[in-house]
Amino acid sequence: MTTFAVTLEAFTDIDFWIGVGILAGTYTIFALGLQINVGFTGIVNFGQAGFMAIGAYTMGILVVKAGWSFWLALPAATVTAMAAGLLIGLPSLRLRADYFAIVTIAFAEIVRYVAQNARELTGGNQGLLGYDDSWAEVSAWILDRLETVGFGDQFLMPLLLVTWLTALALIVVLTIAQRTPWGRVLRAIREDEDAARALGKNTFAYKLQSLMIGAALGALAGYFLALNLAFVSPESFEPLFTFIGYAVLILGGLASYAGVALGAIVLWTLLEATRFLDLPLAAEKVAALRFMLVGLLLILLMAYRPQGILGKRREMVLGD
Amino acid sequence: MEAGVPRSGIESSLTRRMRDWPRANPARAAAALLGAVMVALAIAYGIQPLAQRTINGVVSGSYIALGAVGLTLVYGTLKLVNFAHGDMLTFGAYVAFLFNVTIGLPIVVAALLAVALTAALGVASDAVMWRPMRAKQAGLLQLLLMAIGLAFVIRNGIQLIAGTSPRRLDVDVTTSIAFLGLRIGRTELIVVIIGLIALAAVVLMLRYTLLGKQMRALSDNFDLAEVTGIDTDRIVFATWVFAAGLAGLAGVLLVAAIGSMTINIGFFLLLSLFAAVILGGIGNAYGALVGGMVIGLAQEWSTLVLDSRWKVAVGFAILILVLIVRPAGIFGRERTL
Repeated sequence: MTTFAVTLEAFTDIDFWIGVGILAGTYTIFALGLQINVGFTGIVNFGQAGFMAIGAYTMGILVVKAGWSFWLALPAATVTAMAAGLLIGLPSLRLRADYFAIVTIAFAEIVRYVAQNARELTGGNQGLLGYDDSWAEVSAWILDRLETVGFGDQFLMPLLLVTWLTALALIVVLTIAQRTPWGRVLRAIREDEDAARALGKNTFAYKLQSLMIGAALGALAGYFLALNLAFVSPESFEPLFTFIGYAVLILGGLASYAGVALGAIVLWTLLEATRFLDLPLAAEKVAALRFMLVGLLLILLMAYRPQGILGKRREMVLGD
Repeated sequence: MEAGVPRSGIESSLTRRMRDWPRANPARAAAALLGAVMVALAIAYGIQPLAQRTINGVVSGSYIALGAVGLTLVYGTLKLVNFAHGDMLTFGAYVAFLFNVTIGLPIVVAALLAVALTAALGVASDAVMWRPMRAKQAGLLQLLLMAIGLAFVIRNGIQLIAGTSPRRLDVDVTTSIAFLGLRIGRTELIVVIIGLIALAAVVLMLRYTLLGKQMRALSDNFDLAEVTGIDTDRIVFATWVFAAGLAGLAGVLLVAAIGSMTINIGFFLLLSLFAAVILGGIGNAYGALVGGMVIGLAQEWSTLVLDSRWKVAVGFAILILVLIVRPAGIFGRERTL
C-alpha cells in the first residue's frame, strides 16, 4: 500500500518530470543518431556511447584544460566525434554487419577505458568539471524570462527547454533530409546495398556519412548529458548506455524519427519511476534491477515486436 | 584480388613472391611477425624482462583462449555473435565464489560446479531464446540485440544478488615460485596448467572425436552438414555445453589469476575475446585458441613499451589492424566477407 502511495506522489512531482524530460530529450538526440544508422541505413552501430563520450570529453577538455570558449568547443568536439566515426568506419564498414557491431562495441569500450586511464587529460574516475560557466549564464537568462510565467524556481527548466527544442529541430531536419535523394540512397542501401551500388552509388561513402552524422548526434547528446550531470566521468559513458539508446529506438520503432522521441519518453518514465518503488534493496541493487529491465525489454521486443510501437514491419529488413 | 593486374616485366619474380607470400600464408606470416616482434623486444629490453612478460602473457592467454574458443564455436555453428559470452565468464566466476566462499566447498569442487552451471546456462539460453529465434528465422539485428539483452540480464542479475563490492576466491594469491630470476604466482601456475590442459583437450576433441568433427563441420557449413545426416540438434546442444562450460572455466581461471572479481570482469574481457576470435578467423576454433594466446602475449609484451594500464588497448589495436590487413583472420578463408 505504501509502495503505491510513494509512486503516485512521485508522478505528481514536477521535479520528477523535469528530470525525466531532460533524460528523454537527451536520449532522443542520442537515439536519432542510431535511427539514421540502423533504421535508415542498415548499419548496426553499437558504439554510440563512445561517440557521446568523445563529444562530451573533448568539449570538457577544450574548455577546462585548454581554456577554449564553450561555444567554440562545441563545434570542435562535434567534428572530433565525426572524425572518430570516420576512423572507425573506414576499416570496418566494408565488412559484414556483425563485424561492424563487434568493432563499434569494442570502440565504445576503449573510449571508456581511455577516459578512465588518461588521467592527465580526463581526470580519470574523478571526472572533469567546470566547463559549464557559459551555459550557466544562458540558463540564468532563460530562467529570468521564465520568471514571468511562474517557472522561475525550476532551476533545470532551461536545460529541459533547450534539450527538447534541439531534439525537435533535429527531428524536423532529419525527417526532411530523409525525403531528399540523399535520404533515399540511404534507404536503398538498407534495402539492398548491391542494387544501390549497381546503380552507381558509392554506398561506402554514404554509409560513412550516415555513421558520421550518427556520431555527431551522439556527441550532441553528450553535451546535454554533461550539462545535466555538471561533471563528466567514465561511468556516465559506459558502453551499456548505447543499448538504452537501442531500447528507445526499438520502442519508438525503426525508421521513424518521431518514434524516437516517444520511445525516449516512455522508457525514461519507466526507468525513473523505478527509483520511487519502495523496494527493500540497496541503491546498487535497484540500479541492477533497472538494467535487467532494459535487458528484458530488449529481448522481449526483439522476440515479439521487433518493429517497435510505431515502426512498420516492412521497414524491418535487417536480415543479413 | 590484384592477381589479374598485369605487372611490369622489370619486377622480379622474387619481389612478387615476397609480396604475395603473406597473403597466401597468413598463419606463417603472422608467426613470422610475432617472432620478429619477440626478437626486437628481446634486443631492446633484454631477455629476462621479455621472458617474465611471456610467462604473464601465457597466463592471460590461456583464459582468453578458453573464452574465445566458445565465442567462436557459437558464432561458427549458429552465426550468433554472443555478446553475452563475457557475462557467462562472470557467471562462472560468481558461481565458483558462491560455492567456494559462501558455502565453503573446496575450490576444485566449486570450479567444477561453475563449469557445469555455466554450461547449463548456455543450454538454457538456447532452449529459451535462440532455438525459438532460429525457428522464426530472426534477422541479424534481432539476434544481436537479444544477445545484448541477455548480457544485461545475466550481469545485473548477478549484481542484484551479489552486489557491487569486489569478491575474491579462496585461493592463495601471495605465494609465488621463482626460477631463473623469473617468478610466477603459485595460483597462476595452476591456472596455466589447467588452462593448457583444457585447451589441449579441446583441440584433441575437435580433431579426433566424431563429435568434434561434426561440430567443425557444422561450423563450416550448417546446411551441408545437416544434409550429410549430422544430427544438428545434438551438435548445437554440444556446442553450447562446450562454449558455455569453457566460458565458466575461463571465468574461474581469470578470477583465480587476477585475484578479485567485480560484475564487469567478463564484459571487460569481451573485447580481448573478440580480438582473439577475429585474429584467428571468426568461427575457427583453432584460430581462436592461437588468437587468444597471441592477444595474451601481445598485451603483456606491450607493458615493456607502454604503461601497463594501456594493455587492454593493445587488444583493440590488434582487432582494428586485423580488420584492415586481413579481415578473414589468420586461419579464416576470404569468402564470406
